[in-house]
Amino acid sequence: MMNNSSIQNSGIPALRKVGWLEKLVGPDNYRAFRALITTPAAILGLVLLAIFAFVAIAAPIIAPPASSRDPYRIPRDGFSPDPRPMGSEWKRNPPPLPFWWRFIMKTDGWIHILGTASGQWDIFYGVIWGTRTAFRVGITITLATLVIGVLVGSIAAYYGGIVDNILMRIVDIFLTLPFLMAALILATILVPRFGKSIYPAVISLIGFGWMGYARLIRGDILSLKEREFVLAARALGARGFRILFRHIVPNAIFPTLVVASMDVGSYVLSFAALAFLGIGVEVGYADWGQLLSFARNWISSLADYWYIVVWPGFALVLFVLAWNLVGDALRDALDPRMRAVRR
Amino acid sequence: MTAYIIRRLLLLPVLLFGVTVIIFGLLQFLSPVERSALYVREIPHTEGAVEGIIKRYGLDQPIYVQYWHWLVGRIDPVTGKRVGGILRGDLGYSRVGSQPVASLIAQRFPATAELALWAVVPIIGVGIWLGVQSAVRHNRFFDQVARVFSIIGWSFPTFVFGLLVLMFFYAKLRWFPPGRLSDWASAIVNSDQFHQYTHLHTIDALLNLRFDIFWDALKHMILPILTLSYLNWALLLRITRSSMLEVLGQDYVRTARAKGLPERLVINRHARPNALIPVVTIAGLMVAGLLGGVVITETVFTYPGIGSAAAQAAIQLDVVTVLGFALFNGTVLILANLVVDILYAVIDPRVRLG
Repeated sequence: MMNNSSIQNSGIPALRKVGWLEKLVGPDNYRAFRALITTPAAILGLVLLAIFAFVAIAAPIIAPPASSRDPYRIPRDGFSPDPRPMGSEWKRNPPPLPFWWRFIMKTDGWIHILGTASGQWDIFYGVIWGTRTAFRVGITITLATLVIGVLVGSIAAYYGGIVDNILMRIVDIFLTLPFLMAALILATILVPRFGKSIYPAVISLIGFGWMGYARLIRGDILSLKEREFVLAARALGARGFRILFRHIVPNAIFPTLVVASMDVGSYVLSFAALAFLGIGVEVGYADWGQLLSFARNWISSLADYWYIVVWPGFALVLFVLAWNLVGDALRDALDPRMRAVRR
Repeated sequence: MTAYIIRRLLLLPVLLFGVTVIIFGLLQFLSPVERSALYVREIPHTEGAVEGIIKRYGLDQPIYVQYWHWLVGRIDPVTGKRVGGILRGDLGYSRVGSQPVASLIAQRFPATAELALWAVVPIIGVGIWLGVQSAVRHNRFFDQVARVFSIIGWSFPTFVFGLLVLMFFYAKLRWFPPGRLSDWASAIVNSDQFHQYTHLHTIDALLNLRFDIFWDALKHMILPILTLSYLNWALLLRITRSSMLEVLGQDYVRTARAKGLPERLVINRHARPNALIPVVTIAGLMVAGLLGGVVITETVFTYPGIGSAAAQAAIQLDVVTVLGFALFNGTVLILANLVVDILYAVIDPRVRLG
């Protein structure tokens, strides 16, 4: 796999063939890309992610919502507090039957495929639409934290001096509180203002999630801004923001981008944790953490009601695992310290 | 060395100032009426009374004035007594706990400390052992299994893992119940014949020679410890493994091997101590995290510590209480960081000289 490493180390120009992709993205990034499609764990992660993406996109076909205006609201079958087992019949106002159901089951009766949680919320709907929530939440938080982090970090690094000092001290201050605790506080403050929805949790995770990226890109820009192309841009009369955002940031952003994209899983996990604690989404919103929180009322009878824990838990674990598998392979490939060892 | 420690100590007030700034900043999201919970127990809802409270506690004054009052307290113009002031230990009144936040923390802390005390040894001991073994057997079977375990553990949300072990060991087998003590045991603990020396039930039980209570308290902690261990093992294993692998690739390790040292000595005496240097940071922060209350684990197991109290307060939107806990949490974290940094300098000369 590392057939080019000896060449790199000896300083002799590479004699091997360099493909168009490698030319396009550069040798380091190309190695990361190769790691993605050659490491078995990473492939497994990508396949899992593809499945999740399919489920998220096809959610209206897999589990047609009861009301198309509010598809994230899990349909419920009555109000009884006791969970009902998998495969039990859907008695009261069942949502529209998906078209594939008749082909497979040859009946017109819609059932609770994965059972119901307390309050008769259908777990199957929750798991399927929860996939959409997971992607939405994860991607929103990642993009927002990335934008904030890159802005703060690149401005700090480029202008340096007092600007750098102030911005980085702000970063330090944000880092003094443990992540989940900080998010918990902010969500508590935001819930009365936004009502019960995904926004309080999302905003608070964004609010305390961006610092790592700021530090990361700052480090990369500090070394990059002394390079000749920046000088060239300046000599051509470009200045300030143009140099920073047209010339420097595009060249420095890749490692931060990789790290950030792999954090989607952990943001989804944190979001689910907040939902599990009961902060954020309203009861009945399709979210895995929220589904799992139903189990808290049934701790002593979980042996009978195992399906309220196992199915949403399974979805959440697999989702996070998929991102981590991909992220791990990427990080290994990009970590220069590990290069010597892997040979 | 001394210079390093002094430099580090000088940083302490700065960091503590940082925590207070961010907590105070978060407080500013609240309306003056909500903020009055810092000073009064019941927030009155009549029009005039609210105005009175805002005036009386200076909640309409400039922010830096309010920050100062929040730090050191303020003379109440009506009674002439000093009220509030986090430096005086007054964190406000907890609506959820129906007592001052500080005494709520004091009441909940022993439970969290006890859990941390029992969890820390298995977490750090086993975690480091796994990491070292995994690096020594790089790419062999043990390593592969450990890595799979690590990445799965890393992806397993605490609450899912916690619910699963509860499902099996409590709901199914009835071995390890949630909570902190069984009813009969807590009746004895709170009775007169049982002296609560430390408020750590296991240690108190030993001092009172009540081994049944010791066992009961321990039984309640086994599942939380298992849950905390699993997650932290995954993290420690990763860090220790990669650090150990890096060290094993160093020249001095090759030298040690070349001069014919047995592999055991190479690993234990030459490689491991150096590989553990970065691990100290992580382990220190883990201990701090445990002491600050592990919100989710405590909530899943209804374990009455700092973390579950904070979660409860958050659900009921009792912001003053949550912020009080956060202040405590942040302070613990900063102090732990200080200890870690000093330890770091003790074990790694590069840090104190560089």
